[in-house]
Amino acid sequence: MKSEATSTRAKGGDRAAAQLPQVTHPRNPGMELNMDWVRATQANTSAIERRCSALPGRRSVKKDHQAAWLLKAITMIDLTTLAGDDTPGRVRRLCAKAAHPVRPEILSALGVGNITTGAVCVYHDMIAPAVETLRHMGVALPVAAVSTGFPAGLSPYHLRIEEIRESVRAGASEIDIVISRRHVLTGNWQALYDEMRDFREACGDAHVKAILATGELGSLRNVARASLVCMMAGADFIKTSTGKESVNATLPVSLVMIRAIRDYYEATGYRVGYKPAGGISKAKDAITYLALIKEELGDDWLTPDLFRFGASSLLGDIERQLEHHVTGHYSATYRHPMG
Amino acid sequence: MTVKEIFDTMDYGLAPESAKEALGWIAERKGQFGLYIGGRMTGVGDTFATRNPANGEVLAQVTQATPDDVDTAVTAARKAQRKWAALSGHERAKYLYALARLVQKHSRLFAVLETLDNGKPIRESRDIDIPLVARHFYYHAGMAQLQDAELPDREALGVCGQIIPWNFPLLMLSWKIAPAIAMGNTVVLKPAEYTSLTALLFAQICDEAGLPKGVVNIVTGDGRVGEAIVTHEDIDKIAFTGSTEVGRVIRRETAGSGKSLTLELGGKSPYIVFDDADLDSAVEGLVDAIWFNQGQVCCAGSRLIVQEGIADRFYAKLKARMDKLRMGDPLDKSIDVGAVVDPVQHAQITKLVEAGASDGELYQAPCPIPDTGCFYPPTLITGLSSASMLMQEEIFGPVLVATTFRTPSEAVEIANNTRYGLAATVWSENVNLTLDIAPKLAAGVVWVNGTNMFDAAAGFGGVRESGFGREGGWEGLQTYTKPRAKAQSLKPIAAFAAPKEAKVDALDRTAKFYIGGKQARPDGGYSQAVWSKQGDLLGHVGIANRKDIRNAVEAAHAAAGWSKTTGHLRAQILYYVGENLSARAEEFAARIDAMMGGRNGRKEVEAAVSRLFTYAAWADKYDGAAKPVPMRGVALAMNEPVGVIGGFCPDDAPLLGLVSLMAPAIAMGNRVVLAASEPFPLAATDFYQVLDTSDVPAGVVNIVTGSHAELASPLAGHLGVDAVWAQSGADISAIVEGESAGNLKRSWVNNANARDWFGAAGEGREFLVHATEVKTIWVPYGE
Repeated sequence: MKSEATSTRAKGGDRAAAQLPQVTHPRNPGMELNMDWVRATQANTSAIERRCSALPGRRSVKKDHQAAWLLKAITMIDLTTLAGDDTPGRVRRLCAKAAHPVRPEILSALGVGNITTGAVCVYHDMIAPAVETLRHMGVALPVAAVSTGFPAGLSPYHLRIEEIRESVRAGASEIDIVISRRHVLTGNWQALYDEMRDFREACGDAHVKAILATGELGSLRNVARASLVCMMAGADFIKTSTGKESVNATLPVSLVMIRAIRDYYEATGYRVGYKPAGGISKAKDAITYLALIKEELGDDWLTPDLFRFGASSLLGDIERQLEHHVTGHYSATYRHPMG
Repeated sequence: MTVKEIFDTMDYGLAPESAKEALGWIAERKGQFGLYIGGRMTGVGDTFATRNPANGEVLAQVTQATPDDVDTAVTAARKAQRKWAALSGHERAKYLYALARLVQKHSRLFAVLETLDNGKPIRESRDIDIPLVARHFYYHAGMAQLQDAELPDREALGVCGQIIPWNFPLLMLSWKIAPAIAMGNTVVLKPAEYTSLTALLFAQICDEAGLPKGVVNIVTGDGRVGEAIVTHEDIDKIAFTGSTEVGRVIRRETAGSGKSLTLELGGKSPYIVFDDADLDSAVEGLVDAIWFNQGQVCCAGSRLIVQEGIADRFYAKLKARMDKLRMGDPLDKSIDVGAVVDPVQHAQITKLVEAGASDGELYQAPCPIPDTGCFYPPTLITGLSSASMLMQEEIFGPVLVATTFRTPSEAVEIANNTRYGLAATVWSENVNLTLDIAPKLAAGVVWVNGTNMFDAAAGFGGVRESGFGREGGWEGLQTYTKPRAKAQSLKPIAAFAAPKEAKVDALDRTAKFYIGGKQARPDGGYSQAVWSKQGDLLGHVGIANRKDIRNAVEAAHAAAGWSKTTGHLRAQILYYVGENLSARAEEFAARIDAMMGGRNGRKEVEAAVSRLFTYAAWADKYDGAAKPVPMRGVALAMNEPVGVIGGFCPDDAPLLGLVSLMAPAIAMGNRVVLAASEPFPLAATDFYQVLDTSDVPAGVVNIVTGSHAELASPLAGHLGVDAVWAQSGADISAIVEGESAGNLKRSWVNNANARDWFGAAGEGREFLVHATEVKTIWVPYGE
């Protein structure tokens, strides 16, 4: 049913290695567009919602396990600022928080050394200050840039390609592209495939995350099919949202996307990463997402190489939960350094 | 493990729900329980231990009720019943509402206690069982409130004996008690011996709700207590949920007692996956189907029937999913599969799997099995066929058996190749396919793209050997109410005896049977003369024997296409029968007068024509319903024909009586085998000529003549007959009910009570209810 992978462009993990032991996975080289597979893909919304609503009741993570899971979640956060009023100063503060996301005395009480977030995520113009700050701090943390006319993806095609190249040149090692939603909505899968191929090509060694903007795709079936097409075209990650749509990451959308990732892995042997973005702001939600990944994709995916949260306020809630775990008392926002 | 280590392994760890409050509740009662009778707990009698199946520890000592205790409980229930039923619906609604609220207020205590006693995961008792219990009381509080306005012609049955199983102890209690007391009945309920504790906690909340003494009585103990309830003379209705084997025994024991009976029994429910289904969701559905409550669910989707082309891929996905299931301490909040209820059940599952697994390939989830307690791993056996023992026998454990199919019609054939008919599940993204398949499945409940969905508003119950009666919805109230009517004894009518000097018309007229659209001679070769009051020989009729019954039932089965016709077509045919009968009204009137020696013939023919019109009218108007269940989707209640109905026609209205049974049955799409009025059979045999000229397809109506007492056993015992209506003048109610135990066919008997066939009691909804089964089809939707 599924054709052989056709590309040999995979170079392996080139991203700055994080500080913890990690398994490196070969990059997804992509494959020919397989329309039989795409068209046969189904997603039953009600059943998917039922699975998602039952999951938090099926898996409960408590005490030390909860603390460990929350630490893990922090290492998977793409700490993000995507605002029109971003300045180098704001981005420097973000980078400092990404490098030291949790107060050291809390970490030492938990018996772990320093951790960092998975990456920082910014607009193109903020790449340079971010890269510079992190280099200055001596922290090997990837900088991700949103690209291709983010968030709508409707700027001239050649400029979108060029934006990727510019961002890579500026030092971004991860590029979060947005797909053309109209290709999905009109069923033009070939166009989506070609676009994604071009974006991947433009990224070179930088990893590419395909933002599907699931809130604008109309149906879970479309989400499943778009996920597959983007993976066939060589996406390293598939990502739900820009954070700018009215509906961003949800559990049902996540379930559909990670099941597509699982099918793709079973068919090709390549692991594609997953990034839910937007709307995940509570520690409890983060644990539910991790449980979903663990259940549906397995422990292999519980690494920043293959899973990220696109989030800005999640970290704050996790910090408060961790302090509560250490002290037994509920915490307050101002007790934790702002990002 | 340190936080650092967990960070690397990302294990779940333990998340135990505390048992402290529940154990404290037991300890406050010194770990021993009496019975709840007449609004108070009795002293503790002879006791037996109830254990936690997850670790074998004794939780409490529970009283084994004696027959005297049961008698005391029935007396208390009887004493309370009249006053309870006399309350306004609103008054009763307030009590049911209080019970619903109290279940919610004590929800965690109920949930933990249930898990301790039963072994089911706390997630299920907390998120599924207890919320459904509260929902059931809320819903039926509403039914009590509406009773006076909506059900003015029906009244409570009286005292109900209710026997429930151990798989959903409190939920089954609520399914039994809520509709019963809502309608003004009082109850004596026996929980299963393995799982009495939540029923005893429920007794406490009955007190907290201020429920009048004796409305609810709870007697604990083993099957002997159940037997004392079943055989108690002052109980009006038995409701039983449990095994088909015990259901059959209860059917026999209550036969002829006049007790109303509903049975919700076993199943081997098919789970059909088409190649265009969302396979991952269908796999997840199986987790909810067969690994819910350790597979100890009567309606568990336990027979996987998957389209051949996707079977290997589907099995691979299923096995991968099984690898993720977690089994262990049911109080752990991250557990999917808990303990089976008792070592006896564990041994039974083990035995069946050992006996049958070699027919196929066995795969068991690799989850670690705890050292102590009754744990059985999730199991899949593929490569079986319908002939495999495990495809036919209910296992009642976490064991899924699987086979493949090629076409939709083959899927239906395999699905229906079972003695059971409780539930069925269909997965396909094609709405045309699912809505075509659902009505074809022999089941009381069909779930489309989902499974094990329940709600108080939606009827639940089976066909075939899965029992009869529905629980939930308006249809569920049928079995806790009866028409307001004074029973009058039926006077037996004997045929006129042969005169000393026969007056015989020279021209012989021989009435035959009407089988498969043809006139048939009696297999036995015996006939009897029919005499008028004055001694005229009116004709001869055949004496049917068991082989004639066999032939008639076979003809009825061959006419299965009738069940698929439209109501409009059936209406047209019934009108036409009426028209043709009307054209021969004089002749029929004369025949009736000659046979009965009266002058009512004309009136009876007119009533019969009107009755045919009534059911012609109903044929396309007995609507189903769309139930407002709490989900995005619809639960359709469809009125489906029962199948082949055997009928013993009343003696006292030879034409009208036959039409009164035949017309509602065939209007709803059933096929019938009718035994004509025994003393006055010739109106029926004349009538088949009317049928012949009215486009009634062959085999839809089959008519035999002969002794009802002789035919009761072969017809009610026939395993291919789905229901028997005994409205005979002969006292055959006990035989019919007893013999119907064979395939647990529905029986509707008159218990030797008369019915006014000419009046309102002779037609209407009561007949339509008996002529149909409500099938609930759940269709969640959303894109």
